[in-house]
Amino acid sequence: MEQTTAAEAARLSDTLPDERGHFGPYGGQFVAETLMRPLDELNSAYRRYIKDPEFLAEFDSDLRHYVGRPSPLYLAERLSDEIGGARIYLKREDLNHTGAHKINNTVGQALLARRMGKRRVIAETGAGQHGVASATVAARFGMECVVYMGAEDIRRQAINVYRMRLLGAEVVPVESGSRTLKDALNEALRDWVTNVENTFYIIGTVAGPHPYPVMVRDFQAVIGREARAQVLEQTGRLPDALVACVGGGSNAIGLFYPFLGDREVAIYGIEAGGDGLETGRHAAPLCAGKSGVLHGNRTYLMEDVDGQITETHSISAGLDYPGVGPEHAWLKDSGRARYDVVTDSEALEAFHQLTRTEGIIPALESSHALAYTARLAAGMDRDKIIVVNLSGRGDKDIHTVADLEGIRV
Amino acid sequence: MSRIQARFGELAEQQRKALIPYVTAGDPQPDVTVPVLHALVAAGADLIEIGVPFSDPMADGPVIQAACERALVHHVSLHDVLDMVREFRRTDAHTPVILMGYLNPIEVWGYQGFAEAAAAAGVDGVLTVDMPPEEADDLVSALHERSLDAIFLLSPTSSEERMRKISQSASGFIYYVSFTGVTGANRLDVDAVAKKLDVIRCHTELPLGVGFGIRDPESAARVAQVADAVVVGSALVGKVAGLVDRPGSIPAELAATVSAMRAAIDAQAVT
Repeated sequence: MEQTTAAEAARLSDTLPDERGHFGPYGGQFVAETLMRPLDELNSAYRRYIKDPEFLAEFDSDLRHYVGRPSPLYLAERLSDEIGGARIYLKREDLNHTGAHKINNTVGQALLARRMGKRRVIAETGAGQHGVASATVAARFGMECVVYMGAEDIRRQAINVYRMRLLGAEVVPVESGSRTLKDALNEALRDWVTNVENTFYIIGTVAGPHPYPVMVRDFQAVIGREARAQVLEQTGRLPDALVACVGGGSNAIGLFYPFLGDREVAIYGIEAGGDGLETGRHAAPLCAGKSGVLHGNRTYLMEDVDGQITETHSISAGLDYPGVGPEHAWLKDSGRARYDVVTDSEALEAFHQLTRTEGIIPALESSHALAYTARLAAGMDRDKIIVVNLSGRGDKDIHTVADLEGIRV
Repeated sequence: MSRIQARFGELAEQQRKALIPYVTAGDPQPDVTVPVLHALVAAGADLIEIGVPFSDPMADGPVIQAACERALVHHVSLHDVLDMVREFRRTDAHTPVILMGYLNPIEVWGYQGFAEAAAAAGVDGVLTVDMPPEEADDLVSALHERSLDAIFLLSPTSSEERMRKISQSASGFIYYVSFTGVTGANRLDVDAVAKKLDVIRCHTELPLGVGFGIRDPESAARVAQVADAVVVGSALVGKVAGLVDRPGSIPAELAATVSAMRAAIDAQAVT
C-alpha cells in the first residue's frame, strides 16, 4: 500500500479502526456466519461500556487494587551503564499480579462478560500466561473457565498448567495441527461457535475478529498512559524511543498507542527471529511474512505459497504465533512504527544481562525487546531515553533456560 | 443460467430434493478424489461439494480437520483441487461442483486470478466459510464476473436483517447451518431447522440447503422434508478415515452410503 507520512498515520490512528474493525486493509471480521451475532453483541457492549463512567471506575479500581497498578517505570542504571548509551527505563509489567501485562486485558474482558450476563469464559493460551490471567479473573468473579492449550505447549509449560488447574480452570489439550497456540485458538473458536449463548471468549491479544483488536488495545493502553505520565514526571520530557516485543502484539500496542501522536518518539516492535530469518525457523510475520486472513482478521501471516499457515519457531512460547494484530500491520505499512527481529540466542543473552545487572529476571518474550534495546541504546547518546516494556517476569522460563544450558533444575 | 440454478430447476420440476455430498480433496491421497466424485454422482449425488484443504479449519470438527491434515501431507493446494475438477469435468459436464473452504488460499492466489482459473476448470460455486458478506464484495464481484455462484451460510444466530443482506449477495443456493457448532457434531433438531427455514424463505427465493449433523439415511430423509437440499459431509469423511489403508475401496464405500441416503430421501418424497 501507499506509504503515508508519520503525521498522517498518527492522525489516522485516532480514527481507526473503522466501524467494522478495519485498519486500512487489515483487520475486519472473517468468521463463520454463526459468530457474527455474538461479535455484534460484544461490539455493542464494548462500545457502550468503554464510555461508561461506572464501568471505567470499576476497571480502574481493579487495576489499582487487584492488579497492583500503576506499575513502576524504573531507570535501569547499571544496565544502561554497561551498554554505554541511551538511558533505559523499564515499564515493569512483570510486577503485575500473575506476573505479566496479560491481566490488564483479562480484568477488562471479565468485567464486560459479567455485564453481558455470561457465566462461562474460555481462553486460548500459548505459554500459559494468558490462560493463567483468564483463570485468575474467572476465579475472582466465580465464573466457569475453560482454557485451550496446545498439547505440545502443555508439555513445555507444566507449571502454568498446574496453576490454571489450581485456579479452578479446566485445561483442554489441543491435539490438532502443530499442537501450539494457533491450534488452541482454532479450538477456542470451535467452542465459542458451539456455546455462543452462554460463553464469553477472552482473546489474549490484539488479533482476532473485530472488536477484539481495538478492545484489547483499549484495555492494555493503560501501560502507555502510565509510562507517558511517568517518564514526563521523572525526566521532564518524552522518550526518544519505545521498544516492545511483538507476538500477537498486545503489550506493544498497550505501550505504543498513547504515544502514536508524539511524532518525535520512535517506535520499535520486535518479533521473534528464532534461529534467524534466513533459516525460516522464526515467528516474524511482519518482518518476513505476507498479508493473509487467519483467525478472523486480515494481517501479516507466516504462510506458504498455497496460503497454508506455516509452523513457527521461537524460544519464547508467547511469541510463537504465525499472525500479528492488524493494527501492527497498519503501523508497519504507514511507517509510524518500525519492526525488527531478535534471535533466540540474542534474547537469551539479554535475559542474562538484565538478571545480572539489575536483579530482574525477565520473561523470554520481554528479553527480545531488551536485546533490541541494547542494540539501539549502544548507538545513541547518553542523554537519550528509551522506554522498554518489560512485559512479564521470567520465573516461568527458568526451566527452558536451564535446559538450554544443560542444567537440571 | 448457472449449472447450479439449472440443476435445482430440474429437481423442482421432478419434485425431488437435492443430495449434496462433501469430500475433502486429496483425502487420504490425491488420486482417490476424482474416482470418488464420479462414484458419488453414480450413487445419486445431485451436486458435489469439494473441500479445499486448509491448515487451520476453524469451523470444522475433528473429522474434517483430520481430513485436511491427511490431504496436506500430500501438499494438496487450491491449484491441485482445480486440476481435479478439470479432470472430473472431462467425463461429467452436468453435475454442479462447489468448492468449500477458507479464504486464505484464495486470498493468496488473488480473487480475479482464482475466479478465472476456477471457472475455466469447471467449478460452479464457491463457499468461503470464514468470509461473511460484510467482507465479501470484491470476491463476490470477481466470482460473478466469471458466472460463478457465491454460496453463503446462514445459521441459527442469523437475524432477519442478515438474511436479507445475505440473500442479496448469494446466488445458486443458500447453505443453512443446522445448529450452532462445528461440522460433525450431533445436535440436529429438524423441527427447529424447519421453523428457521420458514423465516428465511420470507427473504429469499433461492433454494435452501441444510448441512451439519446429517449422519444417516434417516436424518437425511427428515431434513429433505423441510429443505431443498441435504448436505452430507462428516458422515462420508469419517468413512474415508476408516479406509486410509484401503484407498481403492473408498469410492465404492462412499457410494454405498450415498445410495442409502438417496433412497431414503426419495422414499420420503413419495410418501
